[in-house]
Amino acid sequence: MPTLDDYKGQTPTWCPGCGNFGILKTFKDAVVELGIEPHQFTIVSGIGQAGKFPHYLKCNTFNGLHGRTLPVATGIRLANHEMLVIAVAGDGDCYGEGGNHLNHAIRRNINVKLFVHDNQIYGLTKGQASPTSMEGMKTKNQPFGVFSEQLNPMALAVALDCSFVARGFAGDMEHLKGVMKEAINHKGFSLVDILQPCVTFNKINTYEWYRQRVYHIEPEYNSEDRVSAFQRSLEWGDRIPIGIIYRNNRQMLEERIPVIMDKPLVKQLPDLSKLETTLKEFY
Amino acid sequence: MDYTIKIGGEAGQGIQTIGDTLAKVFSRSGYHVFTHQDYESRIRGGHNFFQIRFSDKPVMSSRVKIDILVALDKESITLHEKELSDNGRIIYDSSALKQKHENQRFLDIPFVDLAAEHGGSKIMANTVATGAVLGMLGMEPGILLGIIKDTFGKKGEDIIKANVNAAMAGHDFAVKQCITCSFSAAPLAKPKMLIAGIDSIGLGAVASGCKFYSAYPMTPSTGIMNYIAGKGKEYGIIVEQAEDEIAAINMALGASFAGVRAMTGTAGGGFALMVEGLSLAGMTETPIVIALGQRPAPATGFPTRTEQADLNFALYTAHGEFPRVIFAPGTPEQAFYLTNKAFDLAEKYQIPVIVMFDTYLSDTEWTFDGFDVSKLRNTEYRLRGEAMEKLSEYKRHAFTESGVSPLAIPGESRHLVVTDSDEHDEEGHIVEDAETRIKMVNKRLFKKLPLIRQEIEPPVLYGDSKPDIVVVGWGSNYGVMRESVDALSKNVKIAMLHFSEIYPFPSPTPLPRGEGAKGRGEFDYLKLLRDAKLTICIENNATGQFARLMRAETGFEFKASINRFDGRPFLLEELVEEIDANIRRL
Repeated sequence: MPTLDDYKGQTPTWCPGCGNFGILKTFKDAVVELGIEPHQFTIVSGIGQAGKFPHYLKCNTFNGLHGRTLPVATGIRLANHEMLVIAVAGDGDCYGEGGNHLNHAIRRNINVKLFVHDNQIYGLTKGQASPTSMEGMKTKNQPFGVFSEQLNPMALAVALDCSFVARGFAGDMEHLKGVMKEAINHKGFSLVDILQPCVTFNKINTYEWYRQRVYHIEPEYNSEDRVSAFQRSLEWGDRIPIGIIYRNNRQMLEERIPVIMDKPLVKQLPDLSKLETTLKEFY
Repeated sequence: MDYTIKIGGEAGQGIQTIGDTLAKVFSRSGYHVFTHQDYESRIRGGHNFFQIRFSDKPVMSSRVKIDILVALDKESITLHEKELSDNGRIIYDSSALKQKHENQRFLDIPFVDLAAEHGGSKIMANTVATGAVLGMLGMEPGILLGIIKDTFGKKGEDIIKANVNAAMAGHDFAVKQCITCSFSAAPLAKPKMLIAGIDSIGLGAVASGCKFYSAYPMTPSTGIMNYIAGKGKEYGIIVEQAEDEIAAINMALGASFAGVRAMTGTAGGGFALMVEGLSLAGMTETPIVIALGQRPAPATGFPTRTEQADLNFALYTAHGEFPRVIFAPGTPEQAFYLTNKAFDLAEKYQIPVIVMFDTYLSDTEWTFDGFDVSKLRNTEYRLRGEAMEKLSEYKRHAFTESGVSPLAIPGESRHLVVTDSDEHDEEGHIVEDAETRIKMVNKRLFKKLPLIRQEIEPPVLYGDSKPDIVVVGWGSNYGVMRESVDALSKNVKIAMLHFSEIYPFPSPTPLPRGEGAKGRGEFDYLKLLRDAKLTICIENNATGQFARLMRAETGFEFKASINRFDGRPFLLEELVEEIDANIRRL
């Protein structure tokens, strides 16, 4: 069984107090408790503070381009669907730069776990508004405040019938761990939006701000009812629900491709014995 | 025998079906065949044509002059009547076109009525026309009937019979009516392989063990996706249509990282979106093959026409410095083998390899005696299972003598595979220090590049071995240049130099250990060029991109250039005339 020592990675370069530390610790606890070993999964990350995540633990890693985590993760899953694939992205990365990929990953229902470190701000580029920044937030680049409406990733995902939709909070690690484990065990595309305070650039959505608003979705809530899930996903402001908002049992993309019914693509060595027959088709 | 048949009409009238069927009849008859198409960016209407040239001698270009024009609409006659050879004939259906031509060159064949009468339905009018062409040529209908049986096999005996009757009706009608025709077909020979450039690339990928292809549809590259998708079940290949080209290249890189041979394909506009991913392949040293189909640009340009204006783009695009290989096959046969070589080099050196083509090569069909699968290179370069498990440690980007680090499959052992688009250390983790940066650039670029250069083959020399005139080109102009050399060689000492392995630019003299050194003797293409009285660079672009590359790489400057950038390919008589005009100016 893996232990936390097996997951000791490089030293994080995040600011002291960053919400990412809570997410990192929770993630390690979750995989250790699930008995997953470092070589058994791959993290695909993008660019931003969240993009550095896989370096700070131990796992197979593809730290690619800003916004492009989901296509790379999709390619890995299609080539090897026995590999657990987790995509780690920030709100700018995944909801801004790579927004189109999110729509289509949800549609495909590829079994990738997407953990979004959502700090409602751009950290690595030093404090510009992100797609989830709240309307009116003033930054150096948005001196008159943000004009655009805040993107609601939960409502978007429910609207697209995303297979698993959940929200966690970096300041509530025990609860977040449960959500992460549920997401990892779910079959199908899973979006976990993790509220992550940025202690340096986001002076509005602080630990305190979140703590006053987040509440655990009640145990009797039926997460399989899409209409109530949509209502729940719209909650933001005084009360912010955390937990599993919606899930369904849609068939995964990997289960629908005849070519990989028996074994993963990566385990099928090319059989070129039929080439002569194929060439005859051109006569 | 060297005949050209042109089938003209609106999109949706079935021009391609007639053309494909006739081309198949001729290749199965053992003739050499060359076909090319001209179509507009629309699904119905407009004016399109399909041109087939066939001969008992090798043909590899289209001519201006045509011998039989199958006119499915009035515009075909208006536009192409003047292209008719002295003994040429136009066949048409006066009732369908609602016009009658009394001129001897016209042959009125009631395609529609014969189809209704003998096939039982008007929709077989094209089958009647196909049969009629063979009748005019004095060819027996047997091979056509065989093709009809193959094509309609699944639709049942009644459909086959109806089409056979329609074909026979067209054939017999033409035999009776075309008494003044002077066509005579050569004796039959061993059937030949007939293949288009685009299918050759797809076939080359399948034959190289490609397991994953992701792309967004875009002319002229879509045919590759179609071909591979059709072979997916049989060969175990996943084809994923991506939401955009950015996703397409990133998916392919993900699949390649996970351990399978992966490819994407697009045209210039889509490649523009892939550029960031190209750089990612360079940094993460992830093998990938990219098929890049050129069409006239900027922007949307002429979506269905041809051009060779993306060479500079392919050479210089993407941020940063990393090795890449660029091929530009000149024939479907070269496309097949070079796609295979692209996979081989991509895997061997863990680099992106670009296979460039254009709409013309994509759409033209050629005949060959066959492709030789024993010539394919399918070496496994990846570190798998036990071999990987046995290692005491594994570093994805380990420094090695060759610059090539072992490429392992994630998940197949306890070793972790880590890579990064940031500058990284040997293990693949982010670094900021100058020393590692220098060592990594050294590894990725300077160590690999000389080895890659040794793999590159020299240009093909065709014609006189000590020529006064040398025509030089790359990519799809191979055929028309070669036939132009044949046409002019009676009067002058002329040769062609054709480059299909463009970058790294082939060395003028053999490299000591390179693949290109094999059987090359003392051939020095630069000396050949310098010794010639006239050198002409022939390209389908406005600025002479290849000529500029030659000058940059070798210092050699061509004396003349022939550039065409109207979206159309060079036709044989036109190119011969242009080369000849340059010779006369000497």
